[in-house]
Amino acid sequence: MTNLSAEAFSASLRSLYSRYGYCRYKMNKFEEYDLYARNKDFLICDSVITFTDVDGKLMALKPDVTLSMVKNTRDEPGIRKLYYNENVYRVCKGSQGFKEIMQMGLEAMGEIDEYCIYEVLKLAAESLNSTEKCCILEISHLGLLSSAICHAGIRPEEHRQVIRCIGEKNLHQLQSICVRMGIPQQEINLLRRLASLYGTPQEVLPVVQSLLTGIADEQELSQFLRIIDALNAGKFRDMIRIDFSAVSDPQYYSGFVFKGFAQGVPSAILSGGQYDSMMRKMKRQAGAIGFAVYLDILEQYSPVQTDYDVDTLLIYDESCSIPEIEAMAREATTESILLQRQIPPGIRYRRLITMGKGRIP
Amino acid sequence: MELLNIALPKGRLGEKVLAIFEDAGFPCPSIHQAGRKLIFENEEAGVRYFWVKPSDVSIYVERGAADLGVAGKDILLEYQPDIYELLDLGIGTCRMAVAAKKDFRDDPGRTLRVATKFSKIASSYYLSKGRDIDIIHLNGSIELAPILGLSDVIVDIVETGATLRENNLTVLEEVIPISARLIANKASYKFKNKTIDNLVRCTAQLLEERT
Repeated sequence: MTNLSAEAFSASLRSLYSRYGYCRYKMNKFEEYDLYARNKDFLICDSVITFTDVDGKLMALKPDVTLSMVKNTRDEPGIRKLYYNENVYRVCKGSQGFKEIMQMGLEAMGEIDEYCIYEVLKLAAESLNSTEKCCILEISHLGLLSSAICHAGIRPEEHRQVIRCIGEKNLHQLQSICVRMGIPQQEINLLRRLASLYGTPQEVLPVVQSLLTGIADEQELSQFLRIIDALNAGKFRDMIRIDFSAVSDPQYYSGFVFKGFAQGVPSAILSGGQYDSMMRKMKRQAGAIGFAVYLDILEQYSPVQTDYDVDTLLIYDESCSIPEIEAMAREATTESILLQRQIPPGIRYRRLITMGKGRIP
Repeated sequence: MELLNIALPKGRLGEKVLAIFEDAGFPCPSIHQAGRKLIFENEEAGVRYFWVKPSDVSIYVERGAADLGVAGKDILLEYQPDIYELLDLGIGTCRMAVAAKKDFRDDPGRTLRVATKFSKIASSYYLSKGRDIDIIHLNGSIELAPILGLSDVIVDIVETGATLRENNLTVLEEVIPISARLIANKASYKFKNKTIDNLVRCTAQLLEERT
């Protein structure tokens, strides 16, 4: 997104998602607060703007889109493919107040199959590609990671601690907490190896296969390998990285999880995954996969820089008639023209035209 | 080759960290010259060092102004930046502890007043113990609080314990051991993976040889 504005970028994403048959999902700005109170861990931040509606219900300005979409759609045969472009309201890390953030993303809900997972990952890669920056899509699989954690003999209530260390690539802490839990060194080594793996599918997949064969569910492992192989065979070959430190809360996510990074932007600009666990939590039968693109972060680090505020500045005075001003503006043949009585302070213009008494010959 | 931007914590700890990086194969002669320069480069070694306030290192790294940095575990626990914690450098070791006046007796029947610079660490420590507390956030001279009756206990970093002893205070419990950690920006780790990996590997190898 070297010179692509957030508006142009979101327009290109809308057109991309529509081309793949995803329908725009428009929703209300408000949602019952109870939905977020029950799923606080799913939210990026747990502060929500609330108010009491006329009927006495406690409502919230949406801090997230996915939860509302899950709540407001029904289980139907097949796969429902939707995209959204909505404003959400949340407190960003390090900021002192709420912000309105434009978020875009897509969700596929229903009988999620192998192709659908591939398609969503491909669209995540396509979305990154649309930024016109050098991007990386890192992919992980919580199911495979959980298999290794269970195989190591780590109790379910301690999974979160271990997953957090893996997410930080914090091998020294992973080692010490596993030793404290009495986990054999051989198993710790496997987890350390998984946490530190990073690279292209060509570099990493053979290692993943040798580490997890006999440990992970055979079908899950082979599906992971097939999907990554398929992505790697396409035009996104240079963009794909395998990194098991890309983790998300296992209370909500289960299979594939992924994050997108763009060169020059210090944090992920895209984040997504399979959230079947969240669907179960919300009493839904369907599976689901989706991602969000953080347009605010992208815009913050991709300023559209121009040398001028306006191409031409036309200064007229009281002696000029409307037809004269109109004719002069037409003649100027310019990208943009600002008509004023006097030069506004601080304005940067490429060309100045004056007309009337003070006309520069 | 693209340089690695490394934020070093100002002070004694930073000097030690720099010595480790230099011994590991990433020297920077210009950083030892007196002057007012803020940024020091060695293109040959592929590094660009700069000194920052120790508590700011994690901000520089999280926000991508630095690819790598060295920060105390206390800072990482308190601010919880979204970064990778790649190595425990085993230097700057100390402990986060609960201390109080020598004659302090805890009364579980009342709210414990805790003075600290590390509100998050203290809160989560007492939450894990199910103890009701009142946090009094201070920015310095924490030891004064129990002496003047501002708090019952303090949660603070203890190195040798000399300041506590001199003020008639004593350590009641250890919260967590602290040491300096090598941290990396998550995006930098993707885009400069080979160079970061190389620096981490060389540093880890050096530390292992020394132990």
